Amino acid sequence: MKDITAIARDLPSLKEYSADYLEVRLEDSESSHVTYRGRELESIDRASSSGGNVRAAVKGGWGFVSFNSFEQITDRIEQAITQARYVSGEKTDLAEVQPIVDVSSPPLAQNPVAMALAEKKSLLDEYNEVIWRTHGIQTSSIGYGDAHKKVVFLNSLGSHIVQERADVTLRANAIAARNGDVQQVGLSLGSLGDFSKIRGLHKQIEEISQKSVNMLSAPHVKGGEYTVVLDPILAGVFVHEAFGHLSESDFVYENDRMREIMTLGKEFSGHHLNIIDSAAEPDLRGSFKYDEEGVPSTRTYLIREGKLVGRLHSRETAAKMGERPTGNARAINYRHPPIVRMTNTFIQPGSMSFDDMIADIKEGVYARNWHGGTTSMEMFTFSAGEAYMIRNGKIAEPLRPVVLTGNVFSTLKNIDAIGNDLDMNQGGGCGKAGQSPLPVSNGSPHIRIQHCLVGGR
Amino acid sequence: MEAILEHAERVADSAEAFVVTSENTPIQFETNRLKHAQTHQSTSVALRVIKDGRIGYATSTGLDDLGALARAAAETAAFGTKARFEFPSPSSYPAVDISDPSVSAVPQDKMVKLGEEMIAALRSHTPELLCHAGISKGTTSVRILNTRGTDVTYTQTHFSLSVSGELIRGTDMLFVGDMDSSCHPILDGQKLAAIVKQQLEWARNLATISTGSLPVIFVPSGVGSALVSPFIAAFNGKTVFEGASPVGHRLGEKVFDASFSLYDDPTLPFRPTSRPFDDEGVPSQRTPLVETGVVRNFLYDLQTAGLAGRTSTGSAARGRGLPSPSPSAFVISPGKTTFEDMVADIKEGLVVEELMGAEQGNVLGGDFSGNVLLGYKVENGKIVGRVKNTMVSGNIYQLLNKVAAIGSDSRWVGSFLNTPSLSFPSVSVASK
Repeated sequence: MKDITAIARDLPSLKEYSADYLEVRLEDSESSHVTYRGRELESIDRASSSGGNVRAAVKGGWGFVSFNSFEQITDRIEQAITQARYVSGEKTDLAEVQPIVDVSSPPLAQNPVAMALAEKKSLLDEYNEVIWRTHGIQTSSIGYGDAHKKVVFLNSLGSHIVQERADVTLRANAIAARNGDVQQVGLSLGSLGDFSKIRGLHKQIEEISQKSVNMLSAPHVKGGEYTVVLDPILAGVFVHEAFGHLSESDFVYENDRMREIMTLGKEFSGHHLNIIDSAAEPDLRGSFKYDEEGVPSTRTYLIREGKLVGRLHSRETAAKMGERPTGNARAINYRHPPIVRMTNTFIQPGSMSFDDMIADIKEGVYARNWHGGTTSMEMFTFSAGEAYMIRNGKIAEPLRPVVLTGNVFSTLKNIDAIGNDLDMNQGGGCGKAGQSPLPVSNGSPHIRIQHCLVGGR
Repeated sequence: MEAILEHAERVADSAEAFVVTSENTPIQFETNRLKHAQTHQSTSVALRVIKDGRIGYATSTGLDDLGALARAAAETAAFGTKARFEFPSPSSYPAVDISDPSVSAVPQDKMVKLGEEMIAALRSHTPELLCHAGISKGTTSVRILNTRGTDVTYTQTHFSLSVSGELIRGTDMLFVGDMDSSCHPILDGQKLAAIVKQQLEWARNLATISTGSLPVIFVPSGVGSALVSPFIAAFNGKTVFEGASPVGHRLGEKVFDASFSLYDDPTLPFRPTSRPFDDEGVPSQRTPLVETGVVRNFLYDLQTAGLAGRTSTGSAARGRGLPSPSPSAFVISPGKTTFEDMVADIKEGLVVEELMGAEQGNVLGGDFSGNVLLGYKVENGKIVGRVKNTMVSGNIYQLLNKVAAIGSDSRWVGSFLNTPSLSFPSVSVASK
C-alpha cells in the first residue's frame, strides 16, 4: 500500500500554481460490514479504498478531479486548474482563514475495523437471537458497519493537516407479519468509532421486537391536525430536517429571496427555543477537528431565544455573505467536493418534565423513534417508528407508525414546550447532493408542537 | 486481471472477480450560471470467493496488493453465509446496445450550451426563477471473471441532463425540475425544458383542496415518488423467500387491476440501466412481474435462487456489498387514456407530481404517505393551481386493485422507471 503521507510530502508546493485557490486531499480507508436477513448471516465483507482529489478555484469557477490511482497527481492538479479556468467568470471569494499545519495527531484510541470479525459477529448473533425469540416475528434484518480513515489535506494557503476518524453504526429491525399485514420497528445507533457503545442492547432489541408484533393490532391514526409530542430522537430528526437544512448557506447565499427569509435577527419561534450545530462537541458522530477545507470546527448557535443568529458556512458562502466561516464544509469521501453540511445539531434543553408536557393534552399524538425524514426547505416530512394516542393527559393506545408533515416556519412557531431531557441520536446519516450517508448526530429534549399535520386514513 | 483469480485460488476453492472502471465528466450550473466542471476516474475490484462452502467477500480500489485482497476475502469466508450456487460457466448473452462512441466526442462547449439553453427557456417563462442544471457524460466498463472459465465484459456510455428551478415568494417556495438520460448523447434540452415549463404553468396559482377521499392522478414522476418502492421490496426474491412479501404466496393469482402490467427490463436498447449480463455474469432477460393484474415472477440472483429453489432471473446488482436481487428498469405498460381525458373526468381531485417522504412508512406492507411537494388541484375537469400543506396516503395493494385509468403518456422518470400516469378513484387526502 502506498503511504499517502509520503505522497503528500513529495508534492510540489500548491502555492506555485496559477489558481486563486487549490487543495489536494488524499484518503486511505478501510471498513467492514456484517448484515443479517432472517435467521442467517447474509453477508460479511471487508473493503479498502484509497484515492484522492484536487479542487481548484479560478475567478469564481470550480474545477474538481477525483481519482483512485496515485500516479501523476501533478497532471490531475493541472487538469483541475484547466477545468476551473474553463468555468471561471467573476472572482473567487473565499473567507480568510489561517493556514494550519497539524500533521502529528496521535492515532485513534479505537479502530473498530481492526477488531476480530468473530467478536463482532458473536454480538450480532446474540441480537438476532433476541429478535427471533419473540413470538410473532416474521423476520429480522441487522446491518452493522464500521470504518476507519486517514485523510491528508493540503492547500495553497500552506495548510497541511492529517486527520483520522472512525465510525460505527448498527441498525436492527424486527419485522412482524400476520395475514399479509407487515409491521417493522427498528433501532439505529452509532458512535465515533467506539464499539462498546453498541454492546449491551439486548433489552432494547427485545422491546422493539415486541413492539413490532403489538403494532399489528394497533389502529391507524385518523389523519388531521393534532397536538404532537416528540421524543428526543424524533425531535432531533425534526430539528435536523426542518431547520438544520435551512441553515446550510449554500442554499441561501446566491438567492436573494432566501436571504430575506433567513435574515439574522428575525424571530422564528418563542424565546424558549435555542438550536445549536457543533462539530466541536466531544465524541459525537458529527464531531471533528477540521472540516474538509481545513477550517477548525466551531459551536454555532443557529437560533438563540427564538431569533435567527447564525448559519452554517463553507469558506465561499461565508465570504459571499460577509460572515465568519463555521467549519461546515464536509465531503463524504474523496470522490466528492466538500459542501455545506450539518455536524451535531440539537435543541438545548429547557425545564419542563415529560409528565407536565402531556398533562394538558386532551387528545394528541406521542410520536417516538426515527424512521426517516426529508425536507424541501419550506416543507418537511418525517416519520415516527412508534406512536401512541395521548388522551386526557395520559399515554393511551399504540398506533401504526405516523408521518408528520408541515411548514417549517409555522411549525417552529408552534413549538410551545421544551423538555429538560436532552438526548443525542447517533444513528443513521444525512444525505445531500448525492453524498450519503454522512455521519452526523442530532438531538433534543422532548418537545410539544401545536397544530401538527399527521398523515392517516 | 487473471492474477486476481490466481491469488484467490491459493486461499479458496472458487472465486469471481468483478472489476468496474469508470470515467465521468459532469458540469453543473448553480443559480443560473456555470459553477463546476469535474472529472471522476475510478476503478474498483470486488473479489467473491467460496471456501469450504461459505462465501467470502472483499473489495478494493486498486490492483496493487491482490494478495491482501484475497486474504481479506478468505478471512470473511470463515464466517460467511453458506453458498447455494456455483459461479456461472460461460453462456450466450443477448446483444444489448448500450454504447455510442459519439458520447465521448461531445465537446464541453456543447454541454455548457445545453445548460444555458435549458435555463434560458425556463427563465423566458418565469424570469425570477433561479435555475440549476447538470450535464454529464461518461463511460463505464464492467468485467467479470470466475474460476469456471467465464470472462465477460461490456462497455457502456451514458449521458444525462437535469434542470431544476426554485421560485420563492415570501416564504412560499416552489420547486420544479426534471431529468433525462440515455446511452446516446442528448443534444436537445428543449424537451426537458418543456416538461418543466408545464410544471411552472400549472403551479402558477395556489389552490386549496378538501380533506377526504378524492380522485387522484399520479403523473409519471408522481408514480416514481410514491408508488414504486413497495414494488421493489415486494418483488425482490429475498423478501419473498423470507415470507415478508405481501404477494409472495400469490404467484399466478390476480392481485391487481387487469389493466396493470409491470416488467423488469435490462435489455432495452441504449438505456443506462441495460446490460447484456447482470453483476454476476448471468445473461439478462426481460422479466414479467405483473401481467394483466396477475403476479408472474419475482427477481432472483444466484444465491437467493439457490435458497428458494428457483432460477436466477439475471437480476443481481451490486451496491456496496455482495450481489443482491434488484430490478434494473421497471416498465409499467401504458393504457389508452390521455392525461387530458383523465383530468376532464374529475370534479374535485388532485394531480401528484412529487410526493415528499412517501417512502418512510411501511413500504413492505405497501403503505405510502407523503407531503405533496408538487401537485395541482383539479376542479371541474381543469387544473386550477398548485396545492400546499397537503398529505396523500394510501396502500398500493388497495389502490391498484381498482384503477380508474391508465394513461397513454408513458415516459422515463430518472433512468429507472418508465410509466404512464395512473388515475385512482379514491385516495386519502388531508389538507390544512
